[in-house]
Amino acid sequence: MNNSGQIIHLKKEILVRIIKAFLSDNFERQARLIPYDMRPKGMEVPYRCCVYKERAIIKDRTIAGLGFPIEEDDETVSLADYAKQALERTQISDKNLTVLQTACKGCATNRIYVTDLCQGCVARPCQSTCKFGAISIINGRSVIDDSKCKKCQMCINACPYKAIAKISVPCEDSCPVGAIKKDETGFASIDYDKCINCGRCTAACPFGAVHERSQIIDILKAMKSDKKVIAMIAPSIAGQFPGNIYQLKTAIINSGFDDVYEVAQGADITAKTEAKEFTERMEEGQKFMTTSCCAGYNQLIKKHLSEIKPFVSDTKTPLYYTAEIVKKENPEAITVFVSPCVAKRAEGFENPNVDFVMNYEELGALFVAKKIQIMDLEESKYVVEASKQGRNFGYSGGVAESVKKSLKDEDSVKPCVINGLNKDSIKQLKKYATSGVCEGCNLVEVMCCEGGCIGGNATINNSKTAKKLIDNFTQNSEDISKI
Amino acid sequence: MEKITVRVCTGTTCFVMGGANLQELNETISEKYGDKVELTASNCLGLCSINWEYSKAPYVKVNEEVVSEATPEKVVEEIDRQLAKQ
Repeated sequence: MNNSGQIIHLKKEILVRIIKAFLSDNFERQARLIPYDMRPKGMEVPYRCCVYKERAIIKDRTIAGLGFPIEEDDETVSLADYAKQALERTQISDKNLTVLQTACKGCATNRIYVTDLCQGCVARPCQSTCKFGAISIINGRSVIDDSKCKKCQMCINACPYKAIAKISVPCEDSCPVGAIKKDETGFASIDYDKCINCGRCTAACPFGAVHERSQIIDILKAMKSDKKVIAMIAPSIAGQFPGNIYQLKTAIINSGFDDVYEVAQGADITAKTEAKEFTERMEEGQKFMTTSCCAGYNQLIKKHLSEIKPFVSDTKTPLYYTAEIVKKENPEAITVFVSPCVAKRAEGFENPNVDFVMNYEELGALFVAKKIQIMDLEESKYVVEASKQGRNFGYSGGVAESVKKSLKDEDSVKPCVINGLNKDSIKQLKKYATSGVCEGCNLVEVMCCEGGCIGGNATINNSKTAKKLIDNFTQNSEDISKI
Repeated sequence: MEKITVRVCTGTTCFVMGGANLQELNETISEKYGDKVELTASNCLGLCSINWEYSKAPYVKVNEEVVSEATPEKVVEEIDRQLAKQ
């Protein structure tokens, strides 16, 4: 879900400035100055009422960039202190998102509202259609009693003047599991017991109020230590940066990592293992199996959809296999997964072989801060080259295809895809789970984001172009049957 | 009539700060202008290292005119402006 607007630009600029501050000779001072450097005295104010509010909001965004929750900030702690605390911290949190409440206040609560277009008509279809008795006529106009309204929207459809509107709260509307809500005070907060870390809200909020809590400082700190730091890049990264993935490897090494592995290498293991498991399950008489590589989907199963568990493949994710290989080959190394989405932060947190997760925006910010020109770099080879199918794991349909190509009998599989988790597709999955069948299909590929990982919340490129670039690159890669 | 040259910066800064989305110009420009406009990808134009730094990236040059914080819409607007002058 690539969002190209000003907010993404602003978030990335802050990340670049945080990294530059870390690399400077006085991190704490430079971190404290970020809001002043971005909004210097006398500057025309682009978004808010005044330069002071702009700076306050940039400060809050910087707190998230330093890895802390904005909600817990009491405004007395300076960014210099946060920077110091970030340097001292030895643990990361499993709460991956944080809400910038000052930005949130500007948005009205989710409700159904009768606008001035109401003609006060005689037929009053809104009133008769409301099953909850929430609409009354006051001074000849319809008025909705919020305490009775269930937001069913029947009145909206009934009004011939289109006078009734739903006031949307984009974060709430985007969340497939009802985990983010604005309370009476007007502030949104996230219920982590429900949140599946899909990252929709980060992309949906027009105020950019939902932030990922970055681990960039922890990663930069690891690079400064005497330990090896190894990047594991997700398959969807091909198509996110200029140049090819071989130049990208050089760029990642130049930015401070010691080595780079393709997670597509693990995707090949996932595909082959899953193909074997699929054959076994079908032989046992199961009607369908779902894939298990998407972190958002795995969170959904754990928190909301346990009934589908018997149908979910037990095969591990590409990241799992890759991290296992990396740690076996480099037991002392610190591993960093480079991810398109926030959900993989949750998976990384639960996997002891994954020390940190950074997203594409953060890697991009690191390149910008270190002035790395990918296009000008030499290529570096990977020790293990992944297959075409493994490298195609990051877009919708790619996982099912790789399983198919890994089967002895390709015709035994009838794949279908859930291309993006939303209220409807979750309902559909629930139906498959309770009935035990999925009509016309025996392998369900589930991807949380629309388009697949290339539609992740922290991608740099739009998914259409990204898919084209991946296809261009992988057409010359080896077929999985030869690996 | 002189051909208009559009140079999209594919330096890392421009690409990361929003230039990735300019790739859709590949299609829109040839569709809309045929061979009146030539689109090329350029190595770093060097604009991010002067004055405004990354805060105004991505950059595109339409002939000698610099479009900062470029979006496909802004680039098309600049092309139209220059075509109108010809």
